[in-house]
Amino acid sequence: MTVVTASSEGPPRASERGTGTADMKTALVGLLASRIAIAFLTLGFVSVAVFVGTEILPGDVAAAVLGQNATPEAVAGLRHALHLDQPAYMRYFLWLVGLLSGDPGRSLVNNLPVAGLIASRLPNSLMLAGVTAAVSVPIALTLGIASAIWRGSLLDRVANLLTMSVVAVPEFLVATLCVIIFAVHLRWFPALSYADRIVSFAQFFRLFALPVFTLSCVMIAQMMRLTRAAVVDTLRSPYIEMAVLKGARPMRIVLTHALPNTIGPIANAVALSLSYLLGGTIIVEIIFNYPGLARLLVDAVSTRDMPLVQACVMMFCSAYLFLVMLADIAGILSNPRLRYR
Amino acid sequence: MAPLVKVENLHVTARDDCGRNLAIVKDVSFTVEPGEVVALIGESGSGKTTIALSLMGYTRAGSRIVGGNITFDGREVLAMSQRELASLRGRDIAYVPQSAAASFNPARPLLKQVIESSQIHRVMPLAAAEAKAVALFRELVLPNPEKVGERYPHQVSGGQLQRLLAAMALVTEPKLVIFDEPTTALDVTTQIEVLRVFKKAIKERGTTAVYVSHDLAVVAQMADRIIVLREGSIREVDATGLILSSPKNDYTKSLLAAAEPQVRAAAPATTQQTAPPVLEVRSVIAGYGTADRDGIPAVPVLRDFSLAIKPGSTLGVIGESGCGKSTLARVIAGLLPAARGEVKLHGMPLPRSAAERTREQLRRIQIVFQMADTALNPARPIGRILGRPLEFYHGFFGDKRRRRVAELLDMVRLPATMAERYPSEISGGQKQRVNLARALAAEPSLILCDEVTSALDTVVGAAILDLLAELQRELGVAYLFISHDLSTVKAVCDEVMILYAGQMMEHGSRGALHQRPLHPYSDLLISSVPELRQGWLDGISDKCLKEAAVGAARSGRGEACSFFERCPVRIPGRCDVEPTPLRHLSKGADIRCQRTEEELVELTAQ
Repeated sequence: MTVVTASSEGPPRASERGTGTADMKTALVGLLASRIAIAFLTLGFVSVAVFVGTEILPGDVAAAVLGQNATPEAVAGLRHALHLDQPAYMRYFLWLVGLLSGDPGRSLVNNLPVAGLIASRLPNSLMLAGVTAAVSVPIALTLGIASAIWRGSLLDRVANLLTMSVVAVPEFLVATLCVIIFAVHLRWFPALSYADRIVSFAQFFRLFALPVFTLSCVMIAQMMRLTRAAVVDTLRSPYIEMAVLKGARPMRIVLTHALPNTIGPIANAVALSLSYLLGGTIIVEIIFNYPGLARLLVDAVSTRDMPLVQACVMMFCSAYLFLVMLADIAGILSNPRLRYR
Repeated sequence: MAPLVKVENLHVTARDDCGRNLAIVKDVSFTVEPGEVVALIGESGSGKTTIALSLMGYTRAGSRIVGGNITFDGREVLAMSQRELASLRGRDIAYVPQSAAASFNPARPLLKQVIESSQIHRVMPLAAAEAKAVALFRELVLPNPEKVGERYPHQVSGGQLQRLLAAMALVTEPKLVIFDEPTTALDVTTQIEVLRVFKKAIKERGTTAVYVSHDLAVVAQMADRIIVLREGSIREVDATGLILSSPKNDYTKSLLAAAEPQVRAAAPATTQQTAPPVLEVRSVIAGYGTADRDGIPAVPVLRDFSLAIKPGSTLGVIGESGCGKSTLARVIAGLLPAARGEVKLHGMPLPRSAAERTREQLRRIQIVFQMADTALNPARPIGRILGRPLEFYHGFFGDKRRRRVAELLDMVRLPATMAERYPSEISGGQKQRVNLARALAAEPSLILCDEVTSALDTVVGAAILDLLAELQRELGVAYLFISHDLSTVKAVCDEVMILYAGQMMEHGSRGALHQRPLHPYSDLLISSVPELRQGWLDGISDKCLKEAAVGAARSGRGEACSFFERCPVRIPGRCDVEPTPLRHLSKGADIRCQRTEEELVELTAQ
């Protein structure tokens, strides 16, 4: 209660009985709206940080593009063409307006529109992220909940050991081992995961099996451990003891008593893990030669292609904020203290 | 007839932090006859809850039943499988826990939780269970019985939740109900109402019950037989009347003695009557939340509050949870700056915030908190905890400081060797003594005691009260003694102030509390404190109870009376609208009430 009353004028509790659900609804809508507003505000700060960050990177793009033999006049001309001679705040606003209108500018390296470059990679990244999420989330939640129910059992201990080892082993090792075993020796799957067109489910499966497996290892391990911790924590509450003393069996205790109280923390664990799937897949993309956004970003950094770097980073930040916001909203909606005040 | 419950030579151990197994229940044997209410009474650590839970074949994490037999209704409880135990729990034996707020699942509506055991055990169809629950709600005098089940736990008051727990236990008509301190977390005026409906429900059903409590006066109302426990073993078993009138065991005698504390307060010497007050609080408004344009906080807790404390005397402030007692201490200490009004020390106004006060001003007012253990830094030995204020206020170092620490420990009757120990190595009572010594280190003229004995067992708490009184005689320090417990306040205070929803209701000498007329709230508060005799609960008039049941305290608007909704002698249209006047009664006390002395005498005589 104290969390939220600071901002609302909150009538005394005793008088709540009379006032209907309308007040509660507006309070809830207000809470959600403020949460969404915070996400946008954060995104605004992020855009400043991204811009300043790329601004202080050393090196001059115009000189870099034109090479060592360029005349000072040519460099100055290019700087003017790229708005590099304008003050930083002007360039920030130009950039921001461009971003908001869907035009993050042109690549400094090949003069192609950044939007088009991203559009060519985004579906690939979303596909990889989507398939990995679809595989790893259900497995992670089931394993996490199961090992919380049967704490200390063989299942719990094996799952604990496996997730610990998977988190500890670097991703590139998992990916490389996958390639060596399944692609080189067994020849079950191709070593490179790219095709122009997907024609059948079998082909789809063959293409995605290894990268998705590699990514899922870490994803499942992280999410499972956080889920297990959240459920175990809830299982220590007095109301769980009360349910045991009412004669509830373990399955019922977890499903009807513990889980509704862990939606918030679990949603946050899932969001944190999933947000990694857009920008953090660089190793998988390189080893499996998969054309995703992470590689685009790394390439852009190495060529100092600032508009592309900025757009990619904004993209990843937005995705991250969006996922975390969804998790928070799930947490708010699953908490009756916030739903019915 | 065979006993319903038979416990023979029960032994339970618990593993402590170091992995050692300690016996927490030792060789306990007793029986419970059908239709009987048996109380397990003892202080914390006596094993009473452990024993009660073991009747359901349940132990908390870390503890284990290592020996003995428990027979329930002819069946061996300790030989049952998990599945058999589950079918016993909630069906044949139901449990009513202490903290209703924690024992309800915050994410589920109340009705679902109340009827859950009837659905788990398939005792009756859903609709029948819901109808039964509503009937129980009505029987347990819950407001709005048809609708209350749709609400969530956080939307319902503590006293109502406790009654909902009882409904949850009774819905399957179990053969045995275990009540585990069901009213300990409640305010007295709420407790009395809950006790009454519980007692009625038990009596009408002829329910067999095990009633766990630390409070003899409460148990005296509920139980037929009392089992006195200490440190995991039984000290005495007898009928309630006999335990109260002729206890045989020394420990039982000390429990009885501590339940009715003697008066310790040293009446202030007559010369001090004219001395200027050590502390004066004048027309203070304080609260929480953002302030409005006039600087009044969104949630005002203290409204136009004034008091004065004479040097070397004790002023008791009593009220129920949420009435603003602790806020008062925080305002005086400067932890919560008042929005309005002033706090004067020795006649000099104090800055509202502690950050703006001088070291000398800070030194003169010290505070001791309720939670003895959380107030002490677990990473510092006692000697350093006490040494810090000596350095800060008096600039004592080295040998001088060490000697003074030893003196302080001696003052609170602790051995000097205690200086090297850490807070985790000493008991709760000892910790509270250390807190007191830390306050004394500053050589204050006033100590704010905020519920200093509430977290302690009765006997330990009584010793702290003795110490407070002795220190006052020796050092002449004044106390502001904040408590929710009338008997402790009466035991140590010269003057008593009764607080309700941030307003002073009555202020007078300790003796004036025993004289009528009283403010209607004082009357309710005093008559709600359980007395240590059987039949007290049955003799309470219904009228004051009905009003008490209305529920939560509400801050009245403006200067109007905040007790209006619960007041049995209220005048609608006046009490809830007009500013309440202060009246001086002929017994020497002041009250805030619309009723005149004559009216109050007449109305309470009826």
